[in-house]
Amino acid sequence: MIKISDLHASIEGREIIRGIDLEVRPGEVHAIMGPNGSGKSTLANVLAGREAYEVTQGSVEFLGKDLLELEPEVRAREGLFLAFQYPVEIPGVSNTYFLRVALNEIRRHQGLDELDALDFLELVRTKVRELHMREDLLERQLNTGFSGGEKKKNEILHMAVLEPKLAILDETDSGLDIDALRIVADGVNALRAENRSFIVVTHYQRLLEYIVPDRVHVLSEGRIVRSGGSDLALELEEKGYGWVQEEQA
Amino acid sequence: MSDKTHLSEDEQHLEDLTNADYKYGFVTDIESDSLPPGLDEEVIAAISAKKNEPPFMLEFRLRAFRKWQQMEEPDWAKLKIDPVDYQAISYFSAPKKKDGPKSLDEVDPELLETFEKLGIPLGERERLAGVAVDAVFDSVSVATTFKEKLTELGIIFCPISEAVQNHPELVRKYLGSVVPTGDNFFSALNSAVFSDGSFVYIPKGVRCPMELSTYFRINAQNTGQFERTLIIADEGAQVSYLEGCTAPMRDENQLHAAVVELVALDEAKIKYSTVQNWYPGDKNGKGGIYNFVTKRGLCAGRASRISWTQVETGSAITWKYPGCILKGDDSVGEFYSVALTNNFQQADTGTKMVHIGKNTSSTVISKGISAGQGQNTYRGLVEIHRGAEGARNFSQCDSMLMGDRCGAHTFPYIDVRNPKAKVEHEATTSKISEDQIFFCQQRGIDLEEAVSMIVNGFCKEVMSELPMEFAVEAQKLLGVSLEGSVG
Ligand SMILES: Nc1ncnc2c1ncn2[C@@H]1O[C@H](COP(=O)(O)OP(=O)(O)OP(=O)(O)O)[C@@H](O)[C@H]1O
Ligand SMILES: [Mg+2]
Repeated sequence: MIKISDLHASIEGREIIRGIDLEVRPGEVHAIMGPNGSGKSTLANVLAGREAYEVTQGSVEFLGKDLLELEPEVRAREGLFLAFQYPVEIPGVSNTYFLRVALNEIRRHQGLDELDALDFLELVRTKVRELHMREDLLERQLNTGFSGGEKKKNEILHMAVLEPKLAILDETDSGLDIDALRIVADGVNALRAENRSFIVVTHYQRLLEYIVPDRVHVLSEGRIVRSGGSDLALELEEKGYGWVQEEQA
Repeated sequence: MSDKTHLSEDEQHLEDLTNADYKYGFVTDIESDSLPPGLDEEVIAAISAKKNEPPFMLEFRLRAFRKWQQMEEPDWAKLKIDPVDYQAISYFSAPKKKDGPKSLDEVDPELLETFEKLGIPLGERERLAGVAVDAVFDSVSVATTFKEKLTELGIIFCPISEAVQNHPELVRKYLGSVVPTGDNFFSALNSAVFSDGSFVYIPKGVRCPMELSTYFRINAQNTGQFERTLIIADEGAQVSYLEGCTAPMRDENQLHAAVVELVALDEAKIKYSTVQNWYPGDKNGKGGIYNFVTKRGLCAGRASRISWTQVETGSAITWKYPGCILKGDDSVGEFYSVALTNNFQQADTGTKMVHIGKNTSSTVISKGISAGQGQNTYRGLVEIHRGAEGARNFSQCDSMLMGDRCGAHTFPYIDVRNPKAKVEHEATTSKISEDQIFFCQQRGIDLEEAVSMIVNGFCKEVMSELPMEFAVEAQKLLGVSLEGSVG
């Protein structure tokens, strides 16, 4: 699915990602944990193509293509999705309209027919029901005035509609109540498939009880300092990040 | 690449987008019957004679001209304007064809082609949209459709020159009743020399069953355009009027000084929508239309309502303050505006809401978008007279900036003489954010479409006021297709 090799990236001349190697195979779920400021969101943004970050070294292969060569919207159309840690508000643009434009861009890129407004509405309503979300999410303006939790749920709705091949979830579980956490986890689990992979960035092992990862990686100061199975998350919860950092030193 | 260079690249791209070449730059080659440049009482008499006007019209024009001679161009707007040589302008120009055409077949094919290029296929519209089009080409109306259906209802919709001939009593009563001849420099000039425009009268209790629409177009070189529009809605009548315009590319500046007067009697409703897309000048600020417009509505009757909606994307200079005089008790005035300035465009626009009657209310929603080195000024006056018990106004002025070489300015003037009146004013300024654009891109939407979407979202409250037929064109003008949007 995705193969990251010796990736270095910096912002404003400061190196944040300092040599990451990571391979995620089709169907796998990888969790990335690590202290605040360790570079988790930066890694996610670099993969999604935010230009403010400069890749200074290394390569990323995504479904056989050189990911770093692609424009951000082309990465999305190729099947890469990022659920943002802080989803933005776009006032005046209806959530449904936005999603339909997005889906049709992706479909066109993939050589599929575009959906008209009615067909799309049916699709998106079905998704909302399946995800146990409220329908009014659709009529509202994109994230505008949404609570923190609603914004995160909306990211999951976008993911469910756009059906990416690789979804990167950046702390989608932060700030969610128990029920919302369930909704998010169920949303991810429903999408789990042989040809779809996930990179789940989280601080909490609770999410990983619902979404059981194949691998857990600990990021610290821009490097993966430890990788393991799903048990690693439990161990981290018990002992804190100090433990891996010390061990490494 | 650093964050900084990225941003400036982004801004560069924004500029490229907003700099897309003006689509409607072409000149139709039709011989014109024009007066030589210059303006004096003789020229005015000649205009009046060419139009075969009754004496009251000549008097009206001469009165205005004499006032105009005493007046000076206003200089209070936040506009940099090259001086206009009023003697270098030709004040009359008409396509050569004699006798107005009775149907589209009689219309000069080249003219029809021009309308095609502008995206106004008259024949199409006639059939499809149920829109009656009174198309003004230069100064004389060339095609009027749907007239018969309207006539059945007693609705008068015709060129104002025709109304002068056929309904002199209405013209005499209402012309200049909302915008007096000496109101301002440009309205005085217009009153003296206006060539043509539209006239609408909706009789008592009649709801006009279709949107009335006029497309304006400046054509002959060096010809100023002085439209005059007069709309009267009698008691309980309702009408929605659409005005749209595009102009061909020109190097020298062209003057456009229109006057629009609306009169709403008891419980009448008038909705007036404009999409203004005159040639804005080139990327270096050369050329473009000078658009000095006086638009005013009089809510003369009880519980009458006048609503202005405008989308202003064209012209080198826009000077325009559509207002409402809320004279009747319980009358309502509304102003919804989007003004976009780019490159070296300048807009000084807003509204005047004058509350005279009791329990009058007004709403003002203004969205200004500035890009390039565009300068965008909102200037609004809310005036509440002593007797306007229970008057209310709400104003909201939002500005959006693209890049950092443009400007947005807000000048709200509030004059309240009644202590119990309620006046609220809100203003915001925002920038299109890189986060918003990246969010869109991450969902598969490219930069161009992302910008259009965000801008259209910003203008949503105003766009949703436009009649359907117009909304589409307006959204296109803002660079987006929100057509068929759900929710
Ligand atoms: N746009 C930016 N400008 C300047 N510094 C940045 C920018 N983005 C990230 N950084 C810096 O890069 C480092 C890594 O940030 P990042 O957001 O990737 O951390 P994170 O692991 O996601 O943390 P958290 O758990 O708090 O979300 C931080 O020191 C942060 O301040
Ligand atoms: Mg983060």
